[in-house]
Amino acid sequence: MASLWEYANPVKFLRLSERVQPWLWWGAGICLIVGLIWGFFFTPDDFRQGSTVKIIYLHVPSALMAINAWFMMLVASLIWIVRRHHVSALAAKAAAPVGIVMTLIALFTGAIWGQPMWGTWWAWDPRLTSFLILFLFYLGYVALWEAIEDPDTAADLTSILCLVGTVFAVLSRYAVLFWNQGLHQGASLSLDKEENVADVFYFPLLVCIGGFVLLFLALVLYRTGTEIRVRRTRALMAREARLA
Amino acid sequence: MRALFFRDLALALRAGGGFGLGLAFFLIVVVLVPFSVGPQSALLTQIAPGVLWLGALLACLLSLDRLLAVDWEDGALDLLATSPLPLEGIVAVKAAAHWVTTGLPLVLAAPVLGVLLNLAPSGYGVLVLSLALGTPALSMIGAFGAALTVGIKRGGLLLSLLVLPLYVPTLIFGAEAARRAAQGLDSATPLLLLAGVTLAVLAAMPFAAGLVLRVNLR
Amino acid sequence: MPDLGKYADAVLSAYAVSILLLVAIVVLTLRRGRKVRAEMENVERRSARDG
Repeated sequence: MASLWEYANPVKFLRLSERVQPWLWWGAGICLIVGLIWGFFFTPDDFRQGSTVKIIYLHVPSALMAINAWFMMLVASLIWIVRRHHVSALAAKAAAPVGIVMTLIALFTGAIWGQPMWGTWWAWDPRLTSFLILFLFYLGYVALWEAIEDPDTAADLTSILCLVGTVFAVLSRYAVLFWNQGLHQGASLSLDKEENVADVFYFPLLVCIGGFVLLFLALVLYRTGTEIRVRRTRALMAREARLA
Repeated sequence: MRALFFRDLALALRAGGGFGLGLAFFLIVVVLVPFSVGPQSALLTQIAPGVLWLGALLACLLSLDRLLAVDWEDGALDLLATSPLPLEGIVAVKAAAHWVTTGLPLVLAAPVLGVLLNLAPSGYGVLVLSLALGTPALSMIGAFGAALTVGIKRGGLLLSLLVLPLYVPTLIFGAEAARRAAQGLDSATPLLLLAGVTLAVLAAMPFAAGLVLRVNLR
Repeated sequence: MPDLGKYADAVLSAYAVSILLLVAIVVLTLRRGRKVRAEMENVERRSARDG
């Protein structure tokens, strides 16, 4: 089988992307609809949290994707730095806005989920705070891409920012845990992956997670294709200007 | 490298070099806080360590774009890049000069401003210590941010957006240390964590910043 | 609609916000994609013609 690096070639990437995308889009749609309907209509309430437990079908998958999106951007940035494949740099750029949306969903659902527990619409719970910081890192990354004109320079600088940002994001996570220990707020958001989620919640949750993953992949592949086409258009227009 | 350091120092201290602006900003922010939260002494005592840390942090941020932009614009940076000095060293030296002209004055001014905010007596020592340990990290992280935005017109706001999230660990540990001391508690742990972050930043960030400058000077 | 009890507002608003955001990113993505594709085909046609 040919090496994965073949798809660093934009044309090959586009061809593969076109073939794979329908599966991803349909898969995402089906999983999301099935998973959310199952979770919303056909699962019981939680003993402690009542019907708010239904929010996990949105909160957990989006939170997972918010982190995984950044991690994917990190890997793509490293590939750009080491092997200079433009597709990789563009994939990182493409993933960022999707990561932002995932982070926003995680933040909103997390805050709303906590409201019955905390009595306020927002609390500086370690998990929510860390996601808020992650949101700021995403914003900075996207802002830097937008601010730099030369695409290769932008790719270089944003990759380095992604690397440095990752280190500080991890550092911040621990700092936030340290910062929050003084507060005895009661249960932090529970029913996360580490806890023992009852089977009846577990399977619709898995389907929803699958739906979010597939949607993320579909969006990133599509958006990377768009970025590749933007690059090609600019190259063609530059050529036109030169020949004119 | 020493020559570069003293040159930057002299440039900052000269008229129009921006020295004292950071200090003035620090003062103004501290003065504005009671206007925004009310003058009750008890409340001010409670928030004093955090406000002083935040004020110092924001004042550091102010002068960051001068760190590299001036030399970038008149071509001095290109010249420096061709010298035998490594870019990492150049950035480190500039960050050091920034700290001496911005961070250090803030550290020294903090106790005086602490009086304005009714800081608890037990808090003064650790406040100064935490700022002394933390502000070098702020300068170095700021230098990295300055390198990223050096070629961008009006990059100041973007610089803040990029750098402020990076300041979070230092701010958390520094302010926590100051807060604990002000409450009469032991502040060793956050101080150690703060020192750890600063050491790691001073060791690693010059390389990241050098990498970034190399890209921008291409 | 299942009986959401006293948390109905919370649960429904959580779902509403999330679905809104997801729809928004998909719609914006597809719209930009179509625009870019059309522009590219335009330029390609032009340069094939003028060569």
